[in-house]
Amino acid sequence: MIGLDIWMRENSLAYIWLGSYAVALLIFVIEIAMVIHKRKITLQQVRLMREAEDEAGDER
Amino acid sequence: MAINWFKYSAPTTFYGLAGKLIPWFALSAALLFAIGLYIGFVVAPVDAQQGEFYRIIFIHVPSSILSMFLYMIMAGYAALGLIFNTRLSAMMATAIAPTGALFAFISLWTGALWGKPMWGAWWVWDARLTSELILLFLYLGFIALHASIDDARRADRASALLAIVGSVNVPIIYFSVKWWNTLHQGSTIKFTGTSMHVAMQQAMFTMLAACWLYAIAIVLARVRSIILERERNTTWVSELPEVRS
Repeated sequence: MIGLDIWMRENSLAYIWLGSYAVALLIFVIEIAMVIHKRKITLQQVRLMREAEDEAGDER
Repeated sequence: MAINWFKYSAPTTFYGLAGKLIPWFALSAALLFAIGLYIGFVVAPVDAQQGEFYRIIFIHVPSSILSMFLYMIMAGYAALGLIFNTRLSAMMATAIAPTGALFAFISLWTGALWGKPMWGAWWVWDARLTSELILLFLYLGFIALHASIDDARRADRASALLAIVGSVNVPIIYFSVKWWNTLHQGSTIKFTGTSMHVAMQQAMFTMLAACWLYAIAIVLARVRSIILERERNTTWVSELPEVRS
């Protein structure tokens, strides 16, 4: 812990960037990826349902 | 020309509107993040007392503000859904919760990173910090409660109650630095003015605007998936170009 204390005071800008801004950016990127993935999955499900309905309609 | 606002409270019309708005909000957010970071790290001077460490506030303060505002907006939508039984309100509340939770987490995380060099501790059981942690738990509770009930309308009602009751925590967070003797500093920016350097203010307000635009873009994108999921049995969803392709 003493090593970290010394490092953060000697490299304060790196500490700020890596510790807070990089983490925040990573969180935003993960959130965006999750939202895009969710949209893909939902669209896939809706398309499958529509295809199943179309097939059921054709059989009738 | 009068705008019929109720038209956009229907998922059918809101879905299309949200799709058109997302790129504008996302691009504006990216641009403002770049400008805010440039001002914050290149233009803004070093603080006399805190040195470079104060630059954490450019992400910490906007995240904290967003975490509180998003909770109030989420509780507002949840209340609307509970009172008027509007479908879109509940969907909006559900879409806001994860983003609000992430902003609360970023606020706590960056606060800890600032606390270590300034206070000598990552965490203290200070009123401001503890009430912000409770806010994160409220967000997580809302998400977990909603996910644990299979019937979407029942889940909306149960989680809406939690959101409304939990909203009492937001004024506690805000006023905690006034009501109690806290280690956390009081508000630097007040209605009466501020002692902050102009460049520091510019960086903070630009980052705040960027966070707002990002939050709006991501919530709109998430609510579009929720609308699709909930309305999947309707004709208008099956006729959407992205579903037909």
